Amino acid sequence: MKRSIEPWVAGPLDRFVAESGARVVLLMTSAGQVVAQHGFTRALDVMSAAALGAGIMASTSELGQVIGGERFGALVHQGTELGVYLSPLPMPDGQWIGLVVFGRDTSIGLVQLFFGQLVSALADAAPVRETRPVLAENFEADLDASLRALFGD
Amino acid sequence: MSIEESALAAIADVPGVQGALLVAVEDGLVVAEMVREGFKSAAAAALSASLWGRMRRAALAGGQRPPRFLQLEAEHGAVLVVPVDEVVLAVAVTTERTHRGVLRLRLLDLGGKGAE
Repeated sequence: MKRSIEPWVAGPLDRFVAESGARVVLLMTSAGQVVAQHGFTRALDVMSAAALGAGIMASTSELGQVIGGERFGALVHQGTELGVYLSPLPMPDGQWIGLVVFGRDTSIGLVQLFFGQLVSALADAAPVRETRPVLAENFEADLDASLRALFGD
Repeated sequence: MSIEESALAAIADVPGVQGALLVAVEDGLVVAEMVREGFKSAAAAALSASLWGRMRRAALAGGQRPPRFLQLEAEHGAVLVVPVDEVVLAVAVTTERTHRGVLRLRLLDLGGKGAE
């Protein structure tokens, strides 16, 4: 199952999934708002993963500041059967976060390689526009619309 | 010079070799490298390890023993891969002018040392 709120994200995301062999992919803003997902089947799962992923990135970023002002890059957690790759994704209108779950049928090397290409493809495809505040007045309506786009009615 | 560096130097010294890498089999990440400027080590490592893994599975599925050597010929060069041991591959990326025979012997020698 693959859905994206931003239509121009779908093409690069499709290519990334096909080339990297990733099982689950979640693209979100640094505030945890979901932009696109592949592999999730329930809204609850994707919203939880987005919140946790954004939280981890915020924590590691803060940790980097504490221990020397260095900004960390990607974070990899390798399990027995599954691995998780969590990485900042610089975009023209601010930083996004990519969360990728992969199995033993691919490797962290391939995921890293094609994630780099995904970053470039998204930066090229992104339309130029004004940034909107993350928590707009109509946040709840936006959230409902996002969930409908990601999972249908 | 470390063991890794001397092993890679033996491969990188062969004329025409663009990059000599030690690559983690499972992760596809670079363990050590000796490459020319502009060479994309991470891409070569990830793709070589993936190719090696597929070839290995194909050989085993066909009832064969795991491969000892892989040589992929391309239009302007070649990729040569040898397992050093269970967890590390030696990878060489060459131009079309490289003497494949010498390079193959040095790679296989490296593989033999890893198996000892």
